[in-house]
Amino acid sequence: MTSNGLPKPAKDAAAKDAGVRNALLKMVKQKEFSVFVALVLLCTVVSLLSPYFLGVQNIFNVLRQFSVIGILAVGQALIIITSGIDLSVGSVLGLMGVVAALLAGLGLPPAAVFVLTILLGAMVASINGLLVTKARINPFIVTLGMMSIARGASLLITGGMPISIENDITFLGSGYIGVVPVPVIIMFIVAIAGHVFSTKTLAGRNIYAVGNNERAAKLSGIRVDKVKVMVFMIMGALCALSGMIVSGTLKTAEPSAGAGYEMDVIAAVVIGGTSLAGGEGSIVGVILGAAIMGVLRNSFVLLGVSAYWQIVAIGVVTIGAVALDSLKNKRD
Amino acid sequence: MIEYVLLKIDGISKSFPGVKALDHVAFEVGKGEVHAVVGENGAGKSTLMNILSGVYAPDTGILCLDEKEIHFKDPRHAQENGIAMIHQELSLANHLSVMENIFLGRLKRNKLGLVDYKQMYKMCRNELECLGVNDIEPDMLIKDLSVSQMQMVEIAKALSLNARLIIMDEPTSSITKKETEMLFAAIRSLKQRGVSILYISHRMEEIFEIADNITVLRDGTYIKTLKSIDTTPKEIVSLMVGREFNRAFNREVRKVREDEKPVLEVKGLSYGKKVKDVSFKLYPGEILALTGLVGAGRSEVVQTLFGVTRKDKGQIIFNGKEIEARTPTETIGLGMGLVPEGRKTQGLFLKMKVRDNITITNLPQICSMQFIRKTEEIKKAEDYVARLRIKTPGIEQQVQYLSGGNQQKTIIARWLLNSPKVLFLDEPTHGVDVGAKSEIYEIINSLANEGVGIVLISSELPEVLTLADRILVMQNGRIAGELSRENANQEIIMEYATNQMNKGMEQ
Repeated sequence: MTSNGLPKPAKDAAAKDAGVRNALLKMVKQKEFSVFVALVLLCTVVSLLSPYFLGVQNIFNVLRQFSVIGILAVGQALIIITSGIDLSVGSVLGLMGVVAALLAGLGLPPAAVFVLTILLGAMVASINGLLVTKARINPFIVTLGMMSIARGASLLITGGMPISIENDITFLGSGYIGVVPVPVIIMFIVAIAGHVFSTKTLAGRNIYAVGNNERAAKLSGIRVDKVKVMVFMIMGALCALSGMIVSGTLKTAEPSAGAGYEMDVIAAVVIGGTSLAGGEGSIVGVILGAAIMGVLRNSFVLLGVSAYWQIVAIGVVTIGAVALDSLKNKRD
Repeated sequence: MIEYVLLKIDGISKSFPGVKALDHVAFEVGKGEVHAVVGENGAGKSTLMNILSGVYAPDTGILCLDEKEIHFKDPRHAQENGIAMIHQELSLANHLSVMENIFLGRLKRNKLGLVDYKQMYKMCRNELECLGVNDIEPDMLIKDLSVSQMQMVEIAKALSLNARLIIMDEPTSSITKKETEMLFAAIRSLKQRGVSILYISHRMEEIFEIADNITVLRDGTYIKTLKSIDTTPKEIVSLMVGREFNRAFNREVRKVREDEKPVLEVKGLSYGKKVKDVSFKLYPGEILALTGLVGAGRSEVVQTLFGVTRKDKGQIIFNGKEIEARTPTETIGLGMGLVPEGRKTQGLFLKMKVRDNITITNLPQICSMQFIRKTEEIKKAEDYVARLRIKTPGIEQQVQYLSGGNQQKTIIARWLLNSPKVLFLDEPTHGVDVGAKSEIYEIINSLANEGVGIVLISSELPEVLTLADRILVMQNGRIAGELSRENANQEIIMEYATNQMNKGMEQ
């Protein structure tokens, strides 16, 4: 209490202060806007350095490259907004790719494979949610464990060997509608659905409330546990969807598919302006965050820089984005 | 009257935004004296202790130690000058041993530079024996000790730091009668060694048993210092509460008619150690105050009724039907509401908008197919901002930028939107400025007039005596007395709240 900088109520200056504060607030609120600006700047620089960047073919390449990360980041953002985290996304993606391949191997029609895989993904992830809420285990630990379990399960099921898929479900990964790759379309659908869900629905509002103040949410009648389990299940469904996309692209389910994705996904969420402390963030920002990572990756390829530098650059951008944000918050 | 003045407190003042916590407090503490400091909740005791122990610096005024002026830079500086504070929540490292705690930060070392446990064991043993403690071994872990044993460790730690003044904040609040006697024996032996004790407590009996002098604070001002042999508990209590208060607001006492049915009836409610066999009835349109000292179990009663914690025993009858009160979701659905203590920690979604904060509980009613009907939401939020005169640039403002009073009104608006039948208000005017306070009184009053049953938890007796129709005084988890407002005054309430300590302690 000694010097936490509580503003002293000065009446005459208050009105003016509020005006300035409002303007500042609006800027801070437009977190997505600054991410957007960063993305545009990045694209401008890269297009100046490489004439191929703005080619239609390349743009679809970039979009396709970050589509899976983008889809996963939507789910991850919802979890992080409730102040949780899911490290198991890459492994569950791999497992669900394998599951889809097995279901396809049974000769099920693509629609059945699709629905069953999604449901199984949500079910697996609901275990995460139940362990977090009912057993009160820290989500970091729960999903770290699940990351290992799911990966082990896919290796056990396949004996470590890839399974090839002969089923139209591979359309999700390798198909095109017109010139647009299907994964890109799926990402946009997921992003729009995620945006509407998080901003317009009751459940979406509750997600923010839980992340803002869990205790207050409980006292306001929100079933906090239900909200948490729900976001994990959404994440699981999106992992299943991504698993089908990844294995569909190669028409093969690799048991090791999705390894390391969790870090890219969390990075995209964080670059997109979502606070790991929870209660804040937007789906628009998260998709822009995934786009920044996609463009970054692509530019290194186009510019012929070692792929190893990509990895370093993503790390730098992740830390940089959060550092900028916390500096901005300090000034506020 | 005092032979040697160890500490002179001279004209100390301290303000926090919106509150004057201490206003020119001055008194002296003699060497080897047990000096009690008493006052109601919010009288400024804790602020004073924090200043003496170097946590806060005073705005004005000086402290003199051994007749020399001294300014404490931080708690460590105060410690070096022989002032030790033993907090109500003890601050020991749970997973370390007794001796490690006592020598924390200055562990003894042997020639090899390793920790010399043998020497520490011996020294620690000595300190504990001096205090007459023989049930604590220096190598026991803190987490295996009882609260009173931990207190002894804290005292031993203070002594090993050569403390000359030990400040004890409500040391008996969570120990038994027998342990209290042991503590008093230790205090007496400290006294003989010339150590002074500043003893903060509400409990009159204990104060009169142990203290040489008693200083009364009220609303941040120094009232009087009395020798305990020259005064009576009654006199002290009347000095503590003798505050004038503004009777501008006037609510007529609502009498319960004989044929009325209660909206809420509680029978034999128990939860843990904080709620013991609580029974009462609440009628529609009635304001029932639940008062008593902080920690008497008031919040716990309300939280159990609201389903935040689940009752161990007892019946809750709401609108004539027995309910389980398993979760807030259930009780809210039935028509209860809770404005919790701690706006920021339990009430608000600070980074969300005023609109979100107002409508959060009511959202299921303004949804179609899970989608929030936005225009209706905006209308409702704006409506209540206007009705409760919440000062905000707009409903899209983040609630963290509102003043305390307006934040509180935002939470009240949340419940009004739900038209509750019973509303629990836990310290609704805590940390709220005077203007907002009277506005909140108006709101509570008019809610009651509209037929809402209100349970008001408040430590501020003038507030209770202004608003309440009936008053329940809690003490140690039980209801110690029921009073109608006409029969109540601050002295009677404080007597109920502070007396009868032994009953509760003996079990």
